[in-house]
Amino acid sequence: MALSREEVLHLADIYHIYLSDDEVEVMREQLASILEQFQVLSELDTEDVTPTSHSVPLTTVMREDVPRPSYSTEQVLSNAPDSYGRYFQVRTVLED
Amino acid sequence: MEPYDLTIHEARALLDTRQLSAAELTEAVLGRIAAVEPQVGAFVTVTEDVARQAAVAADRSIAEGTATPLTGIPMQIKDVMSTSGIRTTCSSRILENFVPLYNATVVERLYERGPVLMGKGNMDEFAMGSSTENSAFHVTHNPWDLDCVPGGSSGGSAAAVAAGESFFSLGSDTGGSIRQPAALCGITGLKPTYGLVSRFGLVAFASSLDQIGPLTRDVEDCATVLNAIAGHDPRDSTSIPGGRPDYTAALTGDIRGMRLGIPREYFGDGIDPAVDAAVKQAIGVLQDAGAVVEECSLSLTSYALAVYYIIAPSECSTNLARYDGVKYGYSVDDASTAWETQEWTRSRGFGPEVKRRIMLGTYALSAGYYDAYYLKALKVRTLIRREFEEAFSRFDALITPTTPTVAFRIGEKTNDPVAMYKSDVLTIPVNIAGIPCVSVPCGFSEGLPIGMQIMGPTLGEEAILRIAHAYQQATEWHRKRPEGLG
Repeated sequence: MALSREEVLHLADIYHIYLSDDEVEVMREQLASILEQFQVLSELDTEDVTPTSHSVPLTTVMREDVPRPSYSTEQVLSNAPDSYGRYFQVRTVLED
Repeated sequence: MEPYDLTIHEARALLDTRQLSAAELTEAVLGRIAAVEPQVGAFVTVTEDVARQAAVAADRSIAEGTATPLTGIPMQIKDVMSTSGIRTTCSSRILENFVPLYNATVVERLYERGPVLMGKGNMDEFAMGSSTENSAFHVTHNPWDLDCVPGGSSGGSAAAVAAGESFFSLGSDTGGSIRQPAALCGITGLKPTYGLVSRFGLVAFASSLDQIGPLTRDVEDCATVLNAIAGHDPRDSTSIPGGRPDYTAALTGDIRGMRLGIPREYFGDGIDPAVDAAVKQAIGVLQDAGAVVEECSLSLTSYALAVYYIIAPSECSTNLARYDGVKYGYSVDDASTAWETQEWTRSRGFGPEVKRRIMLGTYALSAGYYDAYYLKALKVRTLIRREFEEAFSRFDALITPTTPTVAFRIGEKTNDPVAMYKSDVLTIPVNIAGIPCVSVPCGFSEGLPIGMQIMGPTLGEEAILRIAHAYQQATEWHRKRPEGLG
């Protein structure tokens, strides 16, 4: 189960995480050896098996839409790394 | 025995008869923390002031006759559960300074019952790990041998309870993170049925597997804490509706005629002979108490590990996408665009294991691999659930070792993720099936504790706690405390 450098960089790219060259190399080896362990599942015939996403069968839970107090803007912004007035502040999103 | 080494029920008797005040008990435990914490490292944050204030309130409540079974009892909470006004880090750089605005439902339910919060427990970053070596802050040491790991990811919880730094702790268990450290530290740990305890305010790792539960010094304490935290919560849509029984009432000591299955796949190859022997001896004790024991087979056991390491990283990769450096948590200040901020924040904020699982999950969910990995794992999950259901049509509980070996040495497995993952091989199937399971101490090998798992069917907490309690009535392992600390 070999994994190329490009594949690792592609995964990092779609997740929006930066990996150093060393990290890419370590990740390439380690992911490959972990994926190798997964091959065992191909021994099982699951052709007609329904997938289970949750162990407890639950349907969509609904509730009445009742207005109730929320947190203040100050409280919501209290953990923000950067804010401007009543807003979260971020760096440039669209460049010229 | 020192006051900090008592069980909850023993301390309760002293508190209620005024032989000990909550303030004295709190000081005894704070003193113990000061003495052993430099060696053990079970806490991320010690909440000394909060504890002293809670002790005053507890003494008042005892004087007024309004005490609950937990009033004045020192507790610790794993640092993955939100505590209003007290930083909640998940042992990660990315949440190092995060102070929640609200309490997790379990914390709220406990506060209503008057225990004394001593602090927040160290853990593997975002609960990903089996040794607590993945904490971004410090390693936690096993109180029985400081050169060994306490297990993980709730290693700080298990070490604190074993070392006399807290009477109980709440942990979270996604693939064994309560039971494995409980076993390696010689205490009792319960993973309840998925949905029995609210996950509201628990920082999400793998949402279909995560469950909160107690780590305690014996089964009676475990039932007492479970009574406090179990219940339906409208804020958690996966919470099971309806009431919950009094779990302490299940501890009758009578297990005559109960049918226990011994799945052969959990013994033999890959299991330390000392662990194998101790658990088999414990099964003999249950048999002597009147249980009917029969060997059985869970043939899919060896597939559970692969299923877990596809599902858990997949769910983790989506859950952790919220850490973008904008709304809360660590954020880099040297990026020039929003995308760079996100990429560098994650790069510097997450540790190696978290990155590994994010990448693994992204791979398993990505176009072209989804069917081969994620969907395949969900289908095998169905087969594993069915196999457990079939077993529980014949048995009231299943008995196995909790871990293949006793505690391993610090650093032994840090460079080999596959070897580290394999230490969860016996605890993971329970999470895949969503069923309850308790681990209790059942012996020692070379001075290190051994744990036995008792698995039950969905909502079978009463049966497994009854069996675990009956075992502790007949044995002394749960009374052992590590010596020579401090």
